[in-house]
Amino acid sequence: MIPAAFDYQVADSADAAIAALTEHGDDAKLLAGGHSLIPLMRFRLATPGVLVDISRISDLSYINDGGDHLAIGAMTTHRALETSKLLATEAPLLHHVASQVGDPQVRHRGTLGGSLAHGDPASDLPAALLAHGGSVVAKGPSGEREIAATDFFTGFLETAIDGDEVITEIRIPKAAGVGWGYQKFNRRAQDWAIVGAAVMLGDEPKVALVNMGSSPMRHAGVEAGLAGGGGSDAASVAGDDTDPPEDLNADAEYRKHLARVLVGRGIAEASA
Amino acid sequence: MTAVGTPMKRREDPQLLVGEGKYVDDIQVVGQLWMGMVRSTMAHARITSIDTSAAEGADGVHSVLTGSQLQEMGLWIAPLPCAWPVTEDMVNPPHYPTAIDEVHHVGEIVAVVLADSRYGAVDAAEQVIVDYEPLDAVASIGLARDGSATAHSEHETNKAFHWPLVPDPDALDAAFANAAQTVKANFVQQRLIPAAMEPRGVLAVPSPMGGDVTLYSATQVPHILKVMIAATTGIAESKIRVVAPAVGGGFGAKLNVNPDEILAVTLANKLGRAVRWTESRTEAAFSTHQGRGQLQTIELAADADGKLQGVRVHVDADMGAYMMLITPGVPLLGSFLYTGVYDVPAFGFTCDGYFTNLTPTDAYRGAGRPEASYAIERAMDILAAQVGIGPDEVRRRNYLGGGDYFENLEVPSTLVFDSGHYGPNLDRALELANYEGLKTEQVRRREAGDSKQLGIGMVTYVEICGLAPSRALGGLNYGAGGWEHATVRLLPTGKAEVVSGSTPHGQGHETTWSQIAADKLGIQPEDITVLHSDTAISPLGLDTYGSRSLAVGGVAIAAACDKVVEKAKQIAAHQMEASADDLEFAEGVFSVSGSPDQAMPIQAIAFGAFTAHDLPDGMEPNLQEQVTFDPPNFVFPFGTHVCTVEIDEDTGEVELLSYVAVDDCGNQINPMIVEGQLHGGIVQGVAQALWEEACYDEDGNLANPSMMDYLVPSAAEVPSMVTDYTVTPSTSNSLGVKGAGEAGTISSAAAVMNAVVDALSPYGVVDMDMPATPQRVWRTIHEAKNGGAS
Ligand SMILES: Cc1cc2nc3c(=O)[nH]c(=O)nc-3n(C[C@H](O)[C@H](O)[C@H](O)COP(=O)(O)OP(=O)(O)OC[C@H]3O[C@@H](n4cnc5c(N)ncnc54)[C@H](O)[C@@H]3O)c2cc1C
Repeated sequence: MIPAAFDYQVADSADAAIAALTEHGDDAKLLAGGHSLIPLMRFRLATPGVLVDISRISDLSYINDGGDHLAIGAMTTHRALETSKLLATEAPLLHHVASQVGDPQVRHRGTLGGSLAHGDPASDLPAALLAHGGSVVAKGPSGEREIAATDFFTGFLETAIDGDEVITEIRIPKAAGVGWGYQKFNRRAQDWAIVGAAVMLGDEPKVALVNMGSSPMRHAGVEAGLAGGGGSDAASVAGDDTDPPEDLNADAEYRKHLARVLVGRGIAEASA
Repeated sequence: MTAVGTPMKRREDPQLLVGEGKYVDDIQVVGQLWMGMVRSTMAHARITSIDTSAAEGADGVHSVLTGSQLQEMGLWIAPLPCAWPVTEDMVNPPHYPTAIDEVHHVGEIVAVVLADSRYGAVDAAEQVIVDYEPLDAVASIGLARDGSATAHSEHETNKAFHWPLVPDPDALDAAFANAAQTVKANFVQQRLIPAAMEPRGVLAVPSPMGGDVTLYSATQVPHILKVMIAATTGIAESKIRVVAPAVGGGFGAKLNVNPDEILAVTLANKLGRAVRWTESRTEAAFSTHQGRGQLQTIELAADADGKLQGVRVHVDADMGAYMMLITPGVPLLGSFLYTGVYDVPAFGFTCDGYFTNLTPTDAYRGAGRPEASYAIERAMDILAAQVGIGPDEVRRRNYLGGGDYFENLEVPSTLVFDSGHYGPNLDRALELANYEGLKTEQVRRREAGDSKQLGIGMVTYVEICGLAPSRALGGLNYGAGGWEHATVRLLPTGKAEVVSGSTPHGQGHETTWSQIAADKLGIQPEDITVLHSDTAISPLGLDTYGSRSLAVGGVAIAAACDKVVEKAKQIAAHQMEASADDLEFAEGVFSVSGSPDQAMPIQAIAFGAFTAHDLPDGMEPNLQEQVTFDPPNFVFPFGTHVCTVEIDEDTGEVELLSYVAVDDCGNQINPMIVEGQLHGGIVQGVAQALWEEACYDEDGNLANPSMMDYLVPSAAEVPSMVTDYTVTPSTSNSLGVKGAGEAGTISSAAAVMNAVVDALSPYGVVDMDMPATPQRVWRTIHEAKNGGAS
């Protein structure tokens, strides 16, 4: 429960962070809110030699109107998301999901960029990004690139971000008036989801599942059912094509069952 | 105005809330060395080699000592103590602070690193390489009972003892032979991890010239610890001082003599340097003792109307790897309560203790009594269903004294209950819960096939606390008494010092004791300082556990105050030239009856006792009195709790809709503190019913050692509780008080599970193991709907 020794640097800009990552290579890790990374370090599951603290880069903390989308700085905290009026209107699912993360202390420190970069299939915000059909802007030594949410999560705790890249911005298409629902099932209010389901209706319905595979995932089968006008019945296939983890809270059979129930409820919520 | 009975705010809280509380970890000593523990990663294995070379070379490392090196240093003269050898032939394998050749549970210490910093010690401990030759692990009590492997390789069996309490075997057999109704049920009391907010920690500070050592420890029991350190290490008791500074909760987990405590004291003495250690949360889960761990079988014999004729109980209790301070005694503490609040003509209890390769068990809030209360209260519901009467009715038909007031009543488990009055207590709880309304709503939902079903659970519990009459403890072969000591001192300025031998770790003794003393002495509570938790300040005491503080320690304080007032009266009579018999004492003033202008405040007498200019002939100066109170009997608080749950049949989620508790702890000194104790206690029992369980794999590894996986509920998970009280004073002490610290935990797990089973009863469900997790509940419903197949 005590991390191994490490060096610590503060980066005052994204470029400074990129330079530090380039210098130290694999040995360096970015530190944002620290609410995923530090627990890993305390269990000594992560033992970075250098921590590059980007949490003080105030330039990376913003929620801006980008015309057809919202542009959110990577260092924006969950708390800032859940209290943003702009988000409440234009990206109501993300706005709500942010309020469902952990407890108030976690939400005051944890950042959207950190949560996405961590790529935990059990986290809430990746599902919101997927259901919104958003994208992630990453900056590296050779410049910026924009990665679609569907290409972003590549495996267990793995993303399309390279070791020398920093997430700078998250883009969410405006979705005012689109029906949405989020169902999170856990045993205590502060916990990660045992299973979660994010639903966005609209022209191209999107459904993302939490903790139903090795990475945050969309569910094509349910989406097809919804697109075909199946309504809540589309939920009946929510357990198919999933590979849920097994742990003390739930085995795979129960998780698949929960996925069906929660997707059904999410669709009902979105349609209400 | 009297202070007793008012909900005074706790004087302890402001300091704690602003972070001024000094916990062990806040105390810093120049030159201190930190211990880093190398802990076994195997549940059962022979140590084949330990390579300490890398650790020894690490930065800031003073030394690395393996178990066998420590043993050779001759630091101790005896293994860690078990103060409760429940039978003469109890098996008690030697338990030294560190393993020597064989490890018996994951987390057992195999070597100790001493280093300049905590991080340095932990880092170096990681570098110690231990090779093991694995042995078969006894990873559950079920396996221990089967006996295919033994937890200690030198043992032939895992059984540690057999303890019977069967006052009249023939009567018991007859009761079952003639019973119209019988119930037999098996319950599992899963292991629980006591998660006090402050982890344990120790700091031993030697004084090499003087030869004394002071141990600061996050302990509930500084006095007991002092005696036990002397007995274990051979250091003279007079050279040992134990201080429990601010202690952030214990729940029994700080009622022990732990390896780290002995290591810190002996290494500090040996090295002439302060030695310390603070456990991490995960370390706590492996190494600090756990609670519960029992398999229970309870049988009821009743007549056709559900009137109990006999109760027969057998418990298999998981000791874990070793006997800690009172490990084997925990099931015995419960044994007397398996007949609950009921009039049962015949009773028998047997218990077998077994060793496993798991962390040792010991007292955890309620210690044996929650288990007992759970078994009888769950079984009563099963009986009610079988007879076809309501759970309230089956209880009413069986209450001791017919539900009417009684006092000093002998029950078949051989105890004498001080006082009880169960009928009105149940009435009040049912009224507050709107029981009739709930039942109507339950029927409505059942008939409508609602996906959210209601369950209503009730419990009437009784508990035995106020530990304890020393003779009774002697009868149970416990290694100490149950008295408590108090000193009360009226200072020259009219302020008072109350010295208490009972050691608070969150209960608010300073507030409560000042309320008692204020009324007795006729001074303001603010003018009273309560001293405690340091064996140099309060040399006599038996500390805090078993809901004993008020019913034993508080009563001692009241009695010491009475003695101070009596002496003051003699002085007042002398100085006012009146007969003591003619003096009245009210609101802190002695006055001569009939002539009210002749009066002296007790403060003036305190000053006079200090100057000693004008005392009665032969009287010693000063106003200071002591009392050691040994209670004539235990106290038996009781109450009725009614819990309502809503079960979401689609997910299996159990939501607590309401919780009503009507408790009776006799007279109350501070109702707000009683309320706080009940809230916390209730949630701890609810936690067992719905969330908490130490889960082990087949190799004896703890699967959920962190607060991420071991689910301690928070305020968000529990409804706002409705509490009320009936007041039936105890006959065991002058204050008429009973304990309240464990009552909530003793009642609530059964209340919740009775509600869960009630909700599922339309599916033919008669029992479910704790914790009632969503997955378990869903699967039960799912299997019932599908005719048993999943
Ligand atoms: C008690 C507790 C409860 C929680 N409950 C939940 C919950 O219910 N739901 C949930 O979704 N989450 C939960 N979390 C996790 C929380 O939301 C984390 O804050 C979040 O997942 C990570 O964000 P962070 O800013 O803290 O990132 P950090 O922990 O600082 O970093 C996480 C990872 O992302 C990398 N990283 C960070 N920022 C960037 C960047 N800009 N570019 C590239 N890489 C980056 C880091 O190097 C690291 O590998 C909980 C955490 C705790 C401690």
